[in-house]
Amino acid sequence: MSYLRPTSWAEALAARAEYPEAVVVAGGTDVMVEINFGRLHPSALLDLSRVGELRALGREDGHVRVGSGVTYQSIMRDLPGELPGLAAAARTVGSPPIRNRGTIGGNLGSASPAGDCHPPLLACGAEVEIASVHTSRTTPVADFFVGPKRSVLGPDELIAAVWVPAATGPQTFSKVGSRNAMVIAICSFALALHPDVGRVGTGIGSAGPVPLRARAAEQFLEGHLGETGAWESRPRLGDAVVDEFARLVAGAAQPIDDVRGSADYRRHALGVVARRSLMWCWDEFRGGRP
Amino acid sequence: MRVSLTVNGVDRVVDGVEEHESLLHLLREHLDLFGTKNACEQGECGSCSVYLDGVLVCSCLVAAGQAEGGTVTTVEGLSDDGILDPVQQAFIEAGAVQCGFCTPGFVLAAHDLLRHVPDPDDAQIREALSGNLCRCTGYQKIIDAVHRAAGR
Ligand SMILES: Cc1cc2nc3c(=O)[nH]c(=O)nc-3n(C[C@H](O)[C@H](O)[C@H](O)COP(=O)(O)OP(=O)(O)OC[C@H]3O[C@@H](n4cnc5c(N)ncnc54)[C@H](O)[C@@H]3O)c2cc1C
Ligand code: FES
Ligand code: FES
Repeated sequence: MSYLRPTSWAEALAARAEYPEAVVVAGGTDVMVEINFGRLHPSALLDLSRVGELRALGREDGHVRVGSGVTYQSIMRDLPGELPGLAAAARTVGSPPIRNRGTIGGNLGSASPAGDCHPPLLACGAEVEIASVHTSRTTPVADFFVGPKRSVLGPDELIAAVWVPAATGPQTFSKVGSRNAMVIAICSFALALHPDVGRVGTGIGSAGPVPLRARAAEQFLEGHLGETGAWESRPRLGDAVVDEFARLVAGAAQPIDDVRGSADYRRHALGVVARRSLMWCWDEFRGGRP
Repeated sequence: MRVSLTVNGVDRVVDGVEEHESLLHLLREHLDLFGTKNACEQGECGSCSVYLDGVLVCSCLVAAGQAEGGTVTTVEGLSDDGILDPVQQAFIEAGAVQCGFCTPGFVLAAHDLLRHVPDPDDAQIREALSGNLCRCTGYQKIIDAVHRAAGR
């Protein structure tokens, strides 16, 4: 077995191309569990933790470029103003030592339907920057996942960064679990209001084979807010609107029964958190109007 | 492979480390530092907590190679010539230790909290210790110990 320790992004891509069978390790919080339990027997480890470029945050054209090696701790500390939904999700991950090591790139790389970054990234319309020695491409997060723990990443590719539009309105993230820390979500929901463009973004976690958007709920709410001029007048939202939004979010889930919860419970809980999320975001958007 | 690192202020060169080994294994099996405990090897219990380059980590989830050139502080490195760190002293005084298996991890996590938040409230303590499991104390004495240490 070999241990590859590139110290630059160019070296990392070259190593990826040369050793496509190597297991990439960033924070190690998913990979090391698999290795410790003998479920993974890599012939080589490709350690990205020395690649400083991957830990960088950048800003361009109203977007934040979050390097794939940025940890949850950094997201919570450095991005709560620009990316409040992602920062809220980061705060729910594991425990302090997990948040000190675990990275956004590792969350995407594992491609678990329960990954907590995914719902806020979907709700924000984020894009994943993927590179190999030959090319670089970006993929909307919504197209990144192709099945449980499977993504579009090719064997010679690495995740360079995630491009997330900086928030222009309120965002929330809610996670249903049996305690406040150290839980894999039973289900989760992210909502982002984009008043500058009259759009609504959603993301559902742990209730389908891949993280999902509730597109019908987004379209319904965008239609209502646009037609009634609510983005400008910011009135209270009627119960019927909130109820319909919650119903459509619950309907977008494709949950299964498993050890953490039943499909019925997940669907019910998603309706509840969707309703609350909309009320929290809309109240914040109204900014204390009577 | 060979891993060179600084552990508790001493430069160490460790040969014969398997590439898939964790930093926890390196500390316990190669350096005989048994203060860092091995319980779950999946990041759930916090008993393997150490500082790596000043950052609190679960050593079971760090590949040994990731500590190459790094600086590690284990619970053995917190006391100074037999004089306990205030957090360790407070754990004794508050009765926060029963079987003691979880104690090194809790001490490290509490130490890290107090470096960042000198006078934490209960909620901050609970959040900071949320990655550590104790099967004996019921946690209250541990929280008392953190308050006690915060005063020093
Ligand atoms: C105790 C515990 C609690 C946890 N709690 C949560 C939680 O609450 N919510 C949650 O979402 N997750 C949780 N996790 C899972 C894990 O911490 C996250 O998925 C984390 O984001 C993984 O990041 P990492 O850097 O540690 O990834 P690694 O383990 O290093 O890698 C994970 C995967 O991504 C690949 N990868 C990493 N970086 C790249 C890259 N740049 N390009 C291509 N592939 C890459 C790796 O090959 C691997 O397949 C928890 C894990 C533990 C052990
Ligand atoms: S042994 Fe590392 S967290 Fe339990
Ligand atoms: S004192 Fe025994 S596990 Fe905590």
